[in-house]
Amino acid sequence: MKIMVAVKRVIDYAVKIRVKSDKSGVEMSNVKMSMNPFCEIGVEEALRIREAGAASEVVAVSVGPAQCADTLRTALAMGADRAIHVVSGSLGPVLPLSVAKILKALVEIERPGLLILGKQAIDDDCNQTGQMVAGLLKWPQGTFASKVLLDKEKQVATVEREVDGGLETLSLDLPAVITTDLRLNQPRYATLPNIMKAKSKVIKKVTLEELNVEIKSDLEVVQVTEPPKRKAGVIVSSVDELIDKLKNEARVL
Amino acid sequence: MHRFLSTFASRAKPCRNSFFSSIPNPSSSILCGFSSLCTPIKGWRGFSGESGGRESLLYDVVIVGAGPAGLSAAIRLKQLCRERSADLSVCVLEKGSEVGAHIISGNVFEPRALDELIPNWKDEGAPVEVRVSSDRFLLLMKDRALPLPSPFDNKGNYVISLSQLVRWMASKAEEMGVEIYPGFAACEILYDKDQKVVGVATNDMGVAKDGSKRETFQPGVEVKGRVTLLAEGCRGSLSEKIIRDHKLRDKGQGQHQTYAIGIKEVWEIEEGKHKPGSVLHTVGWPLDNNTYGGSFLYHMKDRQIALGLVVALDYHNPYLSPFDEFQKLKHHPSIKSLLEGGNVLEYGARTLNEGGFQSIPFPVFPGGAVIGCSAGYLNVPKIKGSHTAMKSGMLAAEATFRKLAEGVPMESYWDSLKKSWVWEELHKARNYRPAFKFGLLPGLAISALERYIFRGRLPLTLKHGKPDHEATEFAGLHDPIQYPKPDGIVSFDVPTSLYRSNTNHEHDQPAHLCLRDPAIPELVNLPLYAGPESRYCPARVYDIICFNSGMYLMKSMVPSFR
Repeated sequence: MKIMVAVKRVIDYAVKIRVKSDKSGVEMSNVKMSMNPFCEIGVEEALRIREAGAASEVVAVSVGPAQCADTLRTALAMGADRAIHVVSGSLGPVLPLSVAKILKALVEIERPGLLILGKQAIDDDCNQTGQMVAGLLKWPQGTFASKVLLDKEKQVATVEREVDGGLETLSLDLPAVITTDLRLNQPRYATLPNIMKAKSKVIKKVTLEELNVEIKSDLEVVQVTEPPKRKAGVIVSSVDELIDKLKNEARVL
Repeated sequence: MHRFLSTFASRAKPCRNSFFSSIPNPSSSILCGFSSLCTPIKGWRGFSGESGGRESLLYDVVIVGAGPAGLSAAIRLKQLCRERSADLSVCVLEKGSEVGAHIISGNVFEPRALDELIPNWKDEGAPVEVRVSSDRFLLLMKDRALPLPSPFDNKGNYVISLSQLVRWMASKAEEMGVEIYPGFAACEILYDKDQKVVGVATNDMGVAKDGSKRETFQPGVEVKGRVTLLAEGCRGSLSEKIIRDHKLRDKGQGQHQTYAIGIKEVWEIEEGKHKPGSVLHTVGWPLDNNTYGGSFLYHMKDRQIALGLVVALDYHNPYLSPFDEFQKLKHHPSIKSLLEGGNVLEYGARTLNEGGFQSIPFPVFPGGAVIGCSAGYLNVPKIKGSHTAMKSGMLAAEATFRKLAEGVPMESYWDSLKKSWVWEELHKARNYRPAFKFGLLPGLAISALERYIFRGRLPLTLKHGKPDHEATEFAGLHDPIQYPKPDGIVSFDVPTSLYRSNTNHEHDQPAHLCLRDPAIPELVNLPLYAGPESRYCPARVYDIICFNSGMYLMKSMVPSFR
């Protein structure tokens, strides 16, 4: 069985982001980029399943401009067997629905038994792609996975999900879509020898035309601003003043 | 006796723009060194423990540090290979999470070495664009500023971000076939049975705070080379060890190295106040007449300015806090008006060499050489070290090539250094800094004489004063300095500044700072020097906690911010 893992290249989680002065977006030049942390967890989970013998191959895929190749090399250095880069060129950020359509097209070619994604990307925090691609493929989905157990013979994945009320355990018939949450695993470090080997591995490039997918964006980013600065607190002198403020200023009473 | 932190040997995914500084390693150590946990075996073992059976990678040349010196050496090597139809494999190890992450510098760049290395750097898109447009020099007093004739000649120089230049150099190096691996710190020197250096080993990853192996444990890897070049920057861990073990200072120019700390912020200021290429240096306030140092303010592009204070580490008053002096500086009328309405983008600090000509160590050891600021080629009166570091890397590459291709001993590096413009330049600049051991005004006077009359031709070479760590005087001889509270607009407290340094460390890893003798802070630092470590670190990693019982605890905190 093949496992396909989708990875996204985002601004590194440790970077302090800044909004561009023209409010068109976030400052991206000279900023460190890395693999989305949830995607790393996805790659790690795929590798563990393969190492446990339940899968034969891990294929990493990414959608984006030329530099996505770096992210795919990191996945290869962690241990992925192959990588596919869907070149989106100068289209700008590709939105979740478009990514979902692309992944559907790739799934139809590669026929994996499991598609793993991060639950959300830390740049847009959409938390949509996994769910959308499961809908398009009509596959079962186990999102916010904090534990995954694969039964090879029965072709079933047992997924423990982190939900608001606690933990929910689902049983999914493969093929299925799983999106990873933080506590699923601790991604391994890419070792120096593996990084070296990954440099010479071939990354297959695919265009949107070859996949027969058309991207049209029905969303337009109008403005990006920083959140309002937190105002200083006010010390009230009496309970009456507190009630007055709660009633008339905060309007919660 | 200022003991700063030892280098942060980071794991594979540390911060992007790292803060770190490093300190002189004295014989009469107070802090710094190895904890009782790590027993040094054949070089600094770090936390490898019983790491037998590590993987080994073999290269012709291994370079530790992807900075100006290391990358210049790598590029020059590949150029020589191309010219002479040779093929040498070159590997550069960089401890930062990406190339440039640990680079911090003013920087007014003299393109002399870059012109030699990559003559068409402009066409190749080097981020060297903002020409110096004005050059001012002020003597600051509490509320006034006295313009003085500028001692610098920055015509033809550029205001740059050194980290951006280094990133560009790395891309050029990779195009030529150099292998660069960021995220891997070289933490151990490898020797063969004849005590010749055969390479370095990277640090183990995934080690828990108590030294045990975590789930993600990966042993370090041995990276071996026929020649190893150490380009770690000022106070490089491996370089300092090699210099000590092989007595390279005695074999070289003979004097000890002296240091300063540079604390820097990058600001984005209001449009009307920004003048790209504008260069300002100051001396005087807030530092007193016995403390050598000064500030710099350079206008880059995109409304960004680089602002910083350099304080020499031979200051006498143990109550001095370089961080707080920097905050104080920003309130001076000449500077404050520029900053108001702007915001800070980044903060960082780093040590620099000030020893110059007198402190150059013999750079060659069996198996390789020390290059760049790890040896120390900063031109103090010019306050520039990038161009000399680059040239030292290029000359080392040529010596390395001669060794590998023709069998000429590496010692030819020393000879070529002495014949180069680096030597000539540092020789000419040799008497400026040592003159200040007599005080600020005599120093300025002697500097003026040197600049305008003698120009380095005096047949005498001033010696440095005491080593920095011996210059600290007892706390009893000085008064505590009352520093003003930060106003949050122009001056800030340490946690706010640290947040902006993008320093990000995983909690569960061994402490980067090891005290050789944990009792000394309580027995010596506190009673005699009023605990200067709680003031000299611009990241405040040392904290002295007093208990009611009268006992003191020295806590070392590795800051971690998300």
